[in-house]
Amino acid sequence: MSGRAAPAPERDPGLQPERTRLAWRRTTLSGTVAAVLAVRSVLHSGVTAASVLLCALCCVCWLAFLLLAHRRIRTLSSTGRPPALAPGHATATVLCTVALAGCAAALVW
Amino acid sequence: MSEFVRNVRLWFAPGDVRAEGETPDYRFSLANERTFLAWLRTALALIGGGFAVDQFLPDLRWGWRVGLALALLAAGVLCALRAVNHWVRCERAMRRGEDLPVSRFPALLSLVVAVVAVAMVVVVLVGWDG
Repeated sequence: MSGRAAPAPERDPGLQPERTRLAWRRTTLSGTVAAVLAVRSVLHSGVTAASVLLCALCCVCWLAFLLLAHRRIRTLSSTGRPPALAPGHATATVLCTVALAGCAAALVW
Repeated sequence: MSEFVRNVRLWFAPGDVRAEGETPDYRFSLANERTFLAWLRTALALIGGGFAVDQFLPDLRWGWRVGLALALLAAGVLCALRAVNHWVRCERAMRRGEDLPVSRFPALLSLVVAVVAVAMVVVVLVGWDG
């Protein structure tokens, strides 16, 4: 952008990578809330083998989500001009969310 | 429908989006990514709402409780799938230099959320003794 020759990666005055990084953080927080509610529902509605299995699946989805977010956050903070999000990465995050919802539907039922 | 199938293919194929047009300014891609994440948060909030209806309205009749919870969960799933679809479409439009796609989805989602909210008010007032 500017003509300054900087040895370190050039800082974007709009802080776009940082804002995107924080957006990922907020999203993992939302996912954590959903996962905590899943665990709470199992604890309150009686522990059976099926409900424990579904709860474990929810936790796996949440962990996968955290891992994907962590990888993207690392990319965003490592370079001054991060590459665009890969479609596979976005799809994987969405599939984690959908799987979480599927487990939730099974738990509610 | 074939347009939709092509979009679904793009969800999984990293190379195909990048094959078209030219790379836009990275800031536009990041803004698109943040919009995607905002929609994903909306989806996660709807899923959390589904859990919350199930757990915090225990005195409701089973049918109402499960119906409302499943409606919220289904809205969350739709919202998540639509998030990635819209992200791919925007990314492609930016690469081709076209206008960004317009969508009826926000209006639709507002209507669904409003209907569920009204249903919850009615159910909580009327159906409490289930």
